[in-house]
Amino acid sequence: MKWFDYKAPTTLADALAQLDSHPGAYLLAGGTDLLVQLRAGRKQTDMVLDIKHVPELNEISFDESAGLTLGAAVCCADTYENAAVKTHYPSLAEVASIIGGTQIQGRASIGGNLCNAAPSADTVPLLIALGAKCRVASTKGEHEIAVEDFCTAPGKNVMRAGEMLVSLQFPVPKKGSGAHYLRFIPRNEMDIAVAGVGASVVLDNGTFQEARIALASVAPKPLFVRAAGDSLKGKPVNGESIEAAAELAKAAARPISDMRGTAEYRSHLCAVLTRRALEAAVKQAREAQ
Amino acid sequence: MQSKTHVQTKINDEEIDFLCEPRQSLLEVLRDTLNLTGTKEGCNDGNCGSCTVTLDGRLVTSCLVLGVEAEGREITTIEGIARGNDLHPIQKAFLENAALQCGICTPGFIVATKVLLEKEPDPSEDRIRFFLANNLCRCTGYDKIIQAVQQAAREMQA
Repeated sequence: MKWFDYKAPTTLADALAQLDSHPGAYLLAGGTDLLVQLRAGRKQTDMVLDIKHVPELNEISFDESAGLTLGAAVCCADTYENAAVKTHYPSLAEVASIIGGTQIQGRASIGGNLCNAAPSADTVPLLIALGAKCRVASTKGEHEIAVEDFCTAPGKNVMRAGEMLVSLQFPVPKKGSGAHYLRFIPRNEMDIAVAGVGASVVLDNGTFQEARIALASVAPKPLFVRAAGDSLKGKPVNGESIEAAAELAKAAARPISDMRGTAEYRSHLCAVLTRRALEAAVKQAREAQ
Repeated sequence: MQSKTHVQTKINDEEIDFLCEPRQSLLEVLRDTLNLTGTKEGCNDGNCGSCTVTLDGRLVTSCLVLGVEAEGREITTIEGIARGNDLHPIQKAFLENAALQCGICTPGFIVATKVLLEKEPDPSEDRIRFFLANNLCRCTGYDKIIQAVQQAAREMQA
């Protein structure tokens, strides 16, 4: 690795000021992407800002009216061991437990998974399905952006120089809601999704009130398929409505062929995984009622 | 200005300070600066788990931690597992079950197994395999490692 300086600010204001004065700085949370990329020469910088000492980035708290605040640097293990996450967002706890292996989960954060903006990022389709919002800050102020609008291309996101992801905000789950992320990998763990689907549903007496579906590894960025979720609104919960949504998700996918699978195979997976993710979300919603 | 950073930390219950460059990994510091060479370098990108240590109780691959991040934290390496001259039951079980051949992956497996068994004293075989998925072994085929973990679990509960 080339030489860089290291700073570990302890307040958000100081972190933002440091970032403002070092536009080429990279932010270090778990480092499971950044340190690999710096070592391989895929990224270069003369300044690494360790943001794990900033309280706002370590926050993990649930409020009955405001929902869940998940600091951008909270590691996967702290996420899935959190009692409120396990109770109110079981799908989030589950997705945090399938990122990498145990050692990666002790460092890697969900905020980092989002900022790294890999099309295959496992958490992002679920964040979109859950309707999570990003709190982005700079020395000039703060704004909020929906997760589905955050990634722009492989490795790219909407944040400008000087901006930092502070936390993710999840709305309180509605009554009768369930969510699930499902991926296809040839191994049982420690692999990159050939395709992945995050789905959330809100049910009312056997009818879909709402649904959100997003896809991984089948487009240059995690893909929100609004039409597939919207197609379920007001429809009865049955095989026909779920199959129709799955076909819409498949039609929206824009996969490429690579070492992990062909475009055709990935499209096929989109339909299968969407159906199964919806079925799992429905099951969770019914069990919670 | 390129100067080394002074880091104060605790490794295997001992207060330690060292100088390192910000770009050096904790793995490099452990092995090359502190001569704690029980921690092994395998892939150096977080996949193989040979360099596994605990950082404030959490399992991490030390190749993906900067040495400077150790400031004020507590680290346990393979050197901190044995109790004086007595091997830890996990270490004995690995020996008795021939759960190693070349030995490069073994320190990482043992550090990870200790965290598993302290959290979950009686894990299923599936759970053991899933928990240790971030530790690769290219010699044993894993079965003997799983048997060693199961034996250690029995002995630690006894």
